[in-house]
Amino acid sequence: MGADGRATHVTAGDPAAFRLLVERHSGAIFRLAFRMTGNESDAEDVVQETFLRAYRGLDQFEGRADFGTWLHRVAVNCALDHLRRVKRREEEFHAVSSADSEEDDVLSAVPSGGPGPERLLLSAELQVRIAGAMAALSDRERAAFVLRHFEGCSIAEIGKVLNLRGGAVKNTIFRAVQKLREALQPLVNS
Amino acid sequence: MRHLTQDELVLLHYGEMSGPDWEQAKAHVRACDRCREELISLESALKAVLALPVPERGEDYGREVWARISPRLEAKIERRPRFSLPVRAWVFAGSVAVLLVVAFWSGRWWQQRQTSTTEAISASARQRILMFAVADHLERAQMLLVELMHQEAGSPPEASRTAELAEDLVQSNRLYRQAALRDGDPGLANVLDELERVLLEISHNSGATSADDLAILQHQIESQGILFKVRVVELRAREKQRAEAAQPVGSIL
Repeated sequence: MGADGRATHVTAGDPAAFRLLVERHSGAIFRLAFRMTGNESDAEDVVQETFLRAYRGLDQFEGRADFGTWLHRVAVNCALDHLRRVKRREEEFHAVSSADSEEDDVLSAVPSGGPGPERLLLSAELQVRIAGAMAALSDRERAAFVLRHFEGCSIAEIGKVLNLRGGAVKNTIFRAVQKLREALQPLVNS
Repeated sequence: MRHLTQDELVLLHYGEMSGPDWEQAKAHVRACDRCREELISLESALKAVLALPVPERGEDYGREVWARISPRLEAKIERRPRFSLPVRAWVFAGSVAVLLVVAFWSGRWWQQRQTSTTEAISASARQRILMFAVADHLERAQMLLVELMHQEAGSPPEASRTAELAEDLVQSNRLYRQAALRDGDPGLANVLDELERVLLEISHNSGATSADDLAILQHQIESQGILFKVRVVELRAREKQRAEAAQPVGSIL
């Protein structure tokens, strides 16, 4: 992020100039997309869609915000759209009783007991459980949590990205943290 | 004593409390074992989440992404016509801008000899005019560079037109570089210096540009990041120009 972002308004419609921005921001967008989707191939799709959408919307980027921040906003929206599409596809092929029971299933699938923290710390199992706990969050909770926890965005910035008021952002993060704690507490505290 | 809620602990952890709330919460956690343990427990859980690995991407990842999306960009977006004005119009516009700046600097030199007070007052106006002219110059230079990056070998009319425009830009570039040095802006002067060398190369490549020459030139522009630098400097010039323009009118009269 930085001066390159504010310069982008002049690159609208210019693929050669846009290339610099793609090369510069791809890694960060991939990390964000992976944390949002929890899946490498989905994350790759989101990265591509983010840049295609950003390119088409460059005229809307007026340079008031940092380009990286704006691009992150595009990426989060792409990831949310992607997750909605995935969910729709899954619903077409699998009978699901309700979104809530599905969420509960994911949470209950995360084992609550297990070996001591010495063995689990940074182990593959812990990672699997964290990934499971992240997957159990709703799309909005995951987006808010990822932006706050991994990207260091403020409540106000997250509100802009998710189109939510400050209070709603806080509540979303509270719920996300509570769910993660419940899932990870047995491991982390023992 | 009221203990902190889970939500307050989360806000405390993320630094989202401010003022008295922040101070009170910190003081409470220091004094209260229960809340301190709760905060430590919360932070342990959140720290563990950070351990979630993200698959590594290589140094070339950005280039790989570009290779995947660029065909789709070309297909989806209709390329804007560049150089919508004829070259002679650009040359004319550039010449007028240069003449304006030369006239302005000459005037300033004469004025300097008249009174030191006027010199101090005119600094803002001088800066504004210089920034306006430089931003315009850099915009034209960018268009030229982008055009060159898209150019294919074996198109003599296009190469000849590009060389003609580059030659014109070299002249004005030199003037702005000297002005930037005089004005104590080494950053701008350095970028203009780099740009000047590239423009000279382009102006020396007339219609007879071979595929190799063109590739070398394109590689030079790309590897030096000159297009990017010019773009950033142009933006800064426009920002300065706007900042100067926003100052009260009385200060420049």
